[in-house]
Amino acid sequence: MEAFLLQILNGLDKGSAYALIALGLTLIFGTLGVVNFAHGALFMLGAFVAVTLSRLLQLSHKASEPSGTDFLGNPRYDDVLYVEDIFGPELGQALLDWAVPVSILVAIPVMLLIGFVMERGLIKHFYKRPHADQILVTFGLAIVLQEVIKYFYGANPIPTPAPDAFRGSFDFGVLLGFDPNTIIYPYWRLVYFVFAAIIIAAVFAFLQFTTFGMVVRAGMADRETVGLLGIDIDRRFTIMFGIAAAVAGLAGVMYTPINPPNYHMGMDFLVLSFVVVVVGGMGSLPGAVLAGFLLGILESFASTTWATTAVPGINQIIIYLVAIVVLLTRPRGLMGRRGVMEE
Amino acid sequence: MTRLHFTRRGVMKTGAATGAGLALPIIFTGAAWAQEQGFTNAPTGDTVTLGFNVPQTGPYADEGADELRAFELAVEHLNGEGDGGMLQTFSSKALDGAGIMGKRVEFVTGDTQTKSDAARAAAQSMIQKDGAVMISGGSSSGVAVAVQGLCQDAGVIFMSGLTHSNDTTGKDKKANGFRHFFNAYMSAAAMAPVLESLYGTDRRAYHLTADYTWGWTQQESIAAATEALGWETVENVLTPLAATDFSSYIAPVLNSGADVLVLNHYGGNMVNSLTNAVQFGLKQAQANGKDFQIVVPLYSELMARGAGESIAGIPGSQNWDWKLENERGSRYIGTNAFVQSFGEKYGFPPSQAAHTCYAQTLLYADAVTRAGSFNPCAVVEALEDFEFDGLGNGPTLYRGSDHQCFKDVVVVRGKENPENEFDLVEIVEVTPTEAVTYEPDHPMFAGGELGECNPGA
Repeated sequence: MEAFLLQILNGLDKGSAYALIALGLTLIFGTLGVVNFAHGALFMLGAFVAVTLSRLLQLSHKASEPSGTDFLGNPRYDDVLYVEDIFGPELGQALLDWAVPVSILVAIPVMLLIGFVMERGLIKHFYKRPHADQILVTFGLAIVLQEVIKYFYGANPIPTPAPDAFRGSFDFGVLLGFDPNTIIYPYWRLVYFVFAAIIIAAVFAFLQFTTFGMVVRAGMADRETVGLLGIDIDRRFTIMFGIAAAVAGLAGVMYTPINPPNYHMGMDFLVLSFVVVVVGGMGSLPGAVLAGFLLGILESFASTTWATTAVPGINQIIIYLVAIVVLLTRPRGLMGRRGVMEE
Repeated sequence: MTRLHFTRRGVMKTGAATGAGLALPIIFTGAAWAQEQGFTNAPTGDTVTLGFNVPQTGPYADEGADELRAFELAVEHLNGEGDGGMLQTFSSKALDGAGIMGKRVEFVTGDTQTKSDAARAAAQSMIQKDGAVMISGGSSSGVAVAVQGLCQDAGVIFMSGLTHSNDTTGKDKKANGFRHFFNAYMSAAAMAPVLESLYGTDRRAYHLTADYTWGWTQQESIAAATEALGWETVENVLTPLAATDFSSYIAPVLNSGADVLVLNHYGGNMVNSLTNAVQFGLKQAQANGKDFQIVVPLYSELMARGAGESIAGIPGSQNWDWKLENERGSRYIGTNAFVQSFGEKYGFPPSQAAHTCYAQTLLYADAVTRAGSFNPCAVVEALEDFEFDGLGNGPTLYRGSDHQCFKDVVVVRGKENPENEFDLVEIVEVTPTEAVTYEPDHPMFAGGELGECNPGA
C-alpha cells in the first residue's frame, strides 16, 4: 500500500510538469493551429530566467584586502555581493535564498514578451503552411534557442536550489499511520504540484469566466465565424500564445530546484509532452491535464523494481505503449471530441 | 526508348569499381592507406598531425572543452612554446620542445557528440582527410571502445581520454589502444578501505546503475569490493541513460532495508540522481540504526559543480586532482607544473579529464621519440611496460599485457564549505598502486584479446 502511495506521489510532480507543458501546447494548437516544437525550449528558457536572476543576484566586486592566495599562489580577494551592499547582508542573503520564487515575477513578463516576439516575428508566417513546415521551423527554432543558451551558460547543469525553508522532505507515512521513512516526499515537489494546480486552475478560470476567454474558446471552435462577427481573433490568439509561453516558462522556473537545469532540458520534455497532448485529445485542455498526470503516474509505476523485473525496459516504453493503446481504442484521445481539430 | 547493352567486360569493370568504392570508407587496411614508410599517415613533411576527438556538442561539451584546452597546451609545450608544463618534470627526457622527432606538431579536432557513430565518423575523417597519425580524447567509454576499434582497423594509435569502463582495457582492449585514465575496478579497490573506515563493515547497499557498459562494470566492481568487506548488496536497479528524473528510483530506497545508496552514475545522470537523493532526505536519514550514506564511485569536477551543495560529504574517486602535489607531497610531482601552466593560460585549474588528455599527448610524443618512428607498431613497443614518473600521478606503469596505466588512485569527498567553484572536493586518501593492481586475466577484464598491432599497411 505504501509503495503504491509513494509512486502516486512521485507521479504527481512529474505529471505536473507534463500537464503544464501540454496545456501550453494544446492552447497554441487549439487557437493558432500550429504544432509548436519550440514549446520545450520555452520551458527551458523559463528555467534559465531563474538561473539568470540567481546569477544577477550573485554579481559581486572584489574585496579591497586579500584574504589568502588563489590556486596559483597569487593574492586572493573575496567576492563581495552587490546585493548585500545595496540591501544589507540579511536581506541580500534572503533574496539569494528565494531567487527561484522571486524569478516567477520576472519570468511572467519576460516569457510573455518572448511569446509575442516568437509568434509575431516567426510563427505567424507559417499559419497557412503545412504542419510539416511548422514542425520544421519550430524544431529549428528550438535548436537555435538551446544552442544560444549553451553558448552563454555552458553544457553543464547549473544548480539552482530551492529556498532553505523548502529543502528536505516530508514524512507522509507518519501522517497516514505508516512507519517512519515509508512515504517520504520532498517539500519542493509538493510546492511544484500545488503551483501547477494553481496555474492550471487559473488558465481554466481565465478561459471559462472572462469575456476574453469566451471569445478565445469560440475562436477555437470556429475561427471563421468569430472573425465574421468582426472580432479581431488573431490579436487574441497572439495573446494566448504569450500566455502559453508564460505557462511553460513558469513550469521551467519552478522545476529548477528539482533537477539542475541545462540547455537540453526542453528537449527532454518535448516529445513526452506531445504524447501527452495526443493521448489527452488534440485541442482538449482538460484532456492535456488529465493525460499529463495519468502518464506521469504510470511512468512512475513503470520505474519500480517489480515492474522492470516483470517486463524489462517497461520504464522506457510505458508512455508510448499507453499512447498506442489509447489511439487504437479512442483515436481522438481520452477527451478529444468529434469535429474538434478535424478537417 | 533506350536499350541497355551488357557485356561481360563492362559488368566486371563496373562491379570492380563499385566494390572498391564501397569498400574504401570501411576498410582502412588496404594498399591505399600505405605510405612509403609502410604505415598509415606516415608524416612526410616537416609537420605531424594529431587528431583530438572530444565532445564539442552535447551534454559533455564542457568536459570536452577542458580536454581541448589541455591538448592545445600539450601541443604548445611539445613545440617549445609556453613554460613547458610537465615536460620539465617528466622522468623521460626524450622530448626537447622541438616538436616530435623534429616535426612541428599540428592538430585537428573532431566532435564525438558523446555518440559512438558520430565519434567514429569524426575520427575517420581526421584519419582519412587530415592525415592524423594518432587519435586521442573522449568522455565516454562507449565512445572510447568504438573509436579504439576504428583506430585498430585504421592502423593509427588511440590514446583514450576519459574512459572508466573495465571493458576499454578488458574485453574490448586493442593493441593500438592505450588508457592512462583509471578504471572501475581501480575505483572500487581504492574506495573499499576508505568506505570501511568511514562506514564500517556491516552495511546494506542499494545500487542505482546507468544501463550501459560503464555502469555495468562500475556496479560489478564496487559491489564485489564492498561485499568483500562484508557489505550486503540489497538491490541493483538499472536506470535508463536518458533518464532525467530519478525520484521513482530513489523513493523506494529508504524502505528497502538499505543504509547506503551507491550511485553508479556519471555526468547529468549523476547530477540529477544525487540531487534527487538529497531532496528525498537520504543524507539526513537513519536506517538500520545508522546514518544513511550515499557513495558516488566516480567523481568529476564538472559533475561536482553541477550537483552544487548536494555533493558535500559524498565520497568518490578520481584519477587525479589539481591539489595533489600540494597536499600529498612531491610523489605527485608534475601536478603543480601542469596546474601552473593551465591556470596561467586559462584562469582556472584543470579537470582530471584535461590532465589525462595532456598526459596522453606527452606519452605518445615521448614514445615516438624513444622509438625513433611514428610507425604504430614501434610506438606500441615503446609504450608497453613503460615505467615513468613526473606526470602528476606518481610512479606509473603502462602495462604491456592490456595497455592500462597502473598508478595511485585518489579518493575524495565533496567539501562541506568550498571556498570557490573550483575547490569542491577534498582529498581523503590516495590508495597506492599495489592496492588497485589486478592480474591481466582477472574475470572482470576477461573475454578479449589485445591482438597484434596494426600499422595499417
